[in-house]
Amino acid sequence: MNLRRTAAMSRKEFTQVRRDPYSLIVVLFLPLVQILLLGYGARLDANHIPVYVLDQEGSQDSQALLKAFQASPYFDVIKAVDNYHALVRAIDADQCKLGIVIPWDFSERLADAGRTSVQAIVDGTDDNSAQLAEGYAQAVVATYASNVQLDWFARYGLSQQATTPLSVDYRTWFNEDLESKNFIIPGTVALVMALMGALLSSLTIAREWERGTMEQLIATPVTALEIMVGKLVPYLAIGLADATLCAVFAVGWFGVPFRGGSGAFFLATTLFLIVILGIGYMISVATKSQLGASQYALLVTLLPTSMLSGFAFPIDQMPAPIRAITYLVYSRYYVSALKRIFLSSAGISDLVPEVVAMTIYALVIGFFATRAFHKSLQ
Amino acid sequence: MSDEIVQVDGLTKRFGEVVAVNSLSFNARKGEILGLVGPDGAGKTTALRILAGVLPADAGVVLITGQDVLRQPEVIKSRISYMPQQFGLYEDLTVAENIRFYADIFEVSRTVRQQREDQLLEASGMSRFRDRLAGQLSGGMKRKLGIACALIHTPQLLLLDEPTTGVDPVSRRELWSILYSLVFEGVTVLVSTAYLDEAERCHRLLLMHQGRRLFFGTPDELKNMLPGAVLSISSPDPQALQTAVTGEQGVLSATAMGDVLHVVVDDPDRRLAQLRAKFEHAEVPFGELRRIPASVEDVFVYVISQQETEQGS
Repeated sequence: MNLRRTAAMSRKEFTQVRRDPYSLIVVLFLPLVQILLLGYGARLDANHIPVYVLDQEGSQDSQALLKAFQASPYFDVIKAVDNYHALVRAIDADQCKLGIVIPWDFSERLADAGRTSVQAIVDGTDDNSAQLAEGYAQAVVATYASNVQLDWFARYGLSQQATTPLSVDYRTWFNEDLESKNFIIPGTVALVMALMGALLSSLTIAREWERGTMEQLIATPVTALEIMVGKLVPYLAIGLADATLCAVFAVGWFGVPFRGGSGAFFLATTLFLIVILGIGYMISVATKSQLGASQYALLVTLLPTSMLSGFAFPIDQMPAPIRAITYLVYSRYYVSALKRIFLSSAGISDLVPEVVAMTIYALVIGFFATRAFHKSLQ
Repeated sequence: MSDEIVQVDGLTKRFGEVVAVNSLSFNARKGEILGLVGPDGAGKTTALRILAGVLPADAGVVLITGQDVLRQPEVIKSRISYMPQQFGLYEDLTVAENIRFYADIFEVSRTVRQQREDQLLEASGMSRFRDRLAGQLSGGMKRKLGIACALIHTPQLLLLDEPTTGVDPVSRRELWSILYSLVFEGVTVLVSTAYLDEAERCHRLLLMHQGRRLFFGTPDELKNMLPGAVLSISSPDPQALQTAVTGEQGVLSATAMGDVLHVVVDDPDRRLAQLRAKFEHAEVPFGELRRIPASVEDVFVYVISQQETEQGS
């Protein structure tokens, strides 16, 4: 490989990106738009769930329970209705996601047997929100119930010490507040890298064919390897710059912690980019058309990265056959590495399995990429 | 033999059923301009692509400076320059950036590059456009930039595919003067063209038709193949004229070209009057009847008709 020819190729490619508005948008705006959209839009936690209540009793006890709902940051008690039909209509009309029905004998049964129940009607059209609403509602009721229980014990003179039931204290490490943004945003770096890398690299060879510059290029002494390396190096550099931008944005704007090593971050990103750029390059060689190449490239890079990498959907919650497939998805190792680098204090030595897997992918893809292009019109 | 830079023997290239180049043989000497002449589809571009090492062939031998191009196309690439018919430079790079790119690819030293860049841009009247994007150049200037990029290193062989198509007369003249100065330096030039006036500027010509070699020799030898001159006769019905002239004494061939008929005759002065009388007698409508200089097409038609007669007999 001749360094001067490779450098000339890189310089040319970089100048072309700099002068191409489409490429500039991909390089400069796409990462920011992507991280903003996903940072704000793809949150999996729910806040301010709209709630309607139907208090059939109207006692002190029932009001106390509703106050507990009102006090919760997860719920907004919008309206109290006075009949069941109004509640059903509100859910049908999507005015609320949750309806709480307190029965007419609520406090009576609470005082009598210490056992009572309230009804929660959840709008299940959005499964994820429904589950969250249900969980939060249970938590609110459980807190209320244990307060009632403590009161009851106190009233009958039983010592709190003796009767407090066993409870488990959970402590979540690395994402203490269980905020979904901390879970999602590190993974978006992988999404941005896949999207940007695939879009740019899939154009490189196809552009030369479409603009008619390939014929003259392959009549020169430049080798296929020099063309490949020369063309992809600028995109690797741009990719690393964009990854840095994303990380700075994740920490500075969204307040996601970055506890691991930056060396590990750049190593993992470089390996991932080699795989993405190699795939994009091979597709560009195969299709010879910019539009076709970019679409295929998105299909084979972005799709697995968004669906099967554990970026948003946890891998250990997938069915076993799909979970098995994810071991073949190169993005899974990068997403896993990213999450650990951001949230735990992982350095390179903590990421050996991920780094090894990605190195193998980079070598295999790199090997096939060097053989993909032939300097011939046929 | 040692001064033969290009030796082609039995070169054949098929695209499916079509034989684009059919057992083509020719050679080119050091410091000569060899013109590849023929109509569209004659196989000129395919032949040049094979010589440039960008297209594999099906049969034959191509030696450039003694190296086997079909076996090892990469070996000769540093010794040749190829300019395809279509503008093949980067339109989003400036003139200077394009030249620099090719200089780097051919590993031209910095001082040589600057010297040659100045010289080439000067010769083609493009010094003012150094920082202009190649895409914003006129057709003629694009060609000249292509030549400048092709000549930024010193090739032993320059392959040009229709470099003057769509180029204004001034740029064409500049282009040819650059080619002559190259030949003076000992560079061999293979240039394809569809213009007969340009064919006459070449040292030797290779006439191609349907992938075959029709003629290989000097322009004078080519002209000698046309025994006589060409008459052009305009008419609302060239087909009727053609029927009328066929078999007339002294008529060697006749071809309808649009709304005129080109007739190759042995003695133009005598046949002019003869044909006019014939048309008037046969009541075939005709307009202007005059002698014209032979075009490459006329020579072709004649050579082809001769060949077909030879093959027939």
